[in-house]
Amino acid sequence: MIAVLASTAVVQSTATPVPVHWYLIVSIVLFLIGITVVLTRRNLIYVLMGVELILNAAALNFIAFGSYRGAHGLVDGTVMATLIIVMAATEATIALAIVLNVFGLFQSVRPQDPNLLRE
Amino acid sequence: MEPQILAFLVLATTAIAGGIITLWSKYIVHATFGLMMSLLGVAGFYVLLGSDLLAVTQVVVYVGGVVILYLFGVMLTPPDLEERSKLRIGIVGGLATVAGILLIAAVNGMSTSGWQGLDPEGGVPDAAVSVIDSVGRSFMNKDQYLLVFELASVLLLVALIGAVYVARRRGEPSQ
Repeated sequence: MIAVLASTAVVQSTATPVPVHWYLIVSIVLFLIGITVVLTRRNLIYVLMGVELILNAAALNFIAFGSYRGAHGLVDGTVMATLIIVMAATEATIALAIVLNVFGLFQSVRPQDPNLLRE
Repeated sequence: MEPQILAFLVLATTAIAGGIITLWSKYIVHATFGLMMSLLGVAGFYVLLGSDLLAVTQVVVYVGGVVILYLFGVMLTPPDLEERSKLRIGIVGGLATVAGILLIAAVNGMSTSGWQGLDPEGGVPDAAVSVIDSVGRSFMNKDQYLLVFELASVLLLVALIGAVYVARRRGEPSQ
């Protein structure tokens, strides 16, 4: 009985146009590209771009799962992703201001060059 | 092929190709436009999933704001054409590929048994109902997200003051 129910559930889930785990796969790929950018590029602006990619991957997960939980889940996912966008915008503003200050002090935007707490 | 699947594949290609341009390009302006392409692809996913409000927010805030801010940062710092190390990107990218294959296999394994609590018929937006109304109500409802909303506005205020403080000119006497 349970096995029959489970098998019908699987059939139903494959009958939808786009399965939910496709979104998760895209999100995984975006997240790993972001991690690779953060770990390999030696320019603070590239590092910030990698962080943006990671945050977008997280927001996509929220919306994907929320959308598959009906209308109320979509509202919850939208609220969470809106907060992620707010946080990413503030992070970009503050971090770029700090990067420009670091460039003014050290004449470099490489992450390994700032090595003093105070001149 | 069903139109939703076709749209999904086009958007996935856009988002991932933009990310790879950001990862691989030698010139930082190309990388910034790759980031813009990736963000537009994710905005398309939001439309596909039925959250039109979030798609518009993504385009206005990210593509219109954050990416332009990055372009300003690019213009105010010198170009560095020597920082890209193909060896480093190859090593870390190879490790990330292995991690990605493992994670995708794990997600596939979980999805074959179905996600508990998920509506398998979901993910298809109802074109007649917009999400804006209910999102606005839940932001203003003290039983839902009112506190979170106020905390976000405090965060924006802190960021505003912090940006003015960090970006001020040093060494000049204050008037």
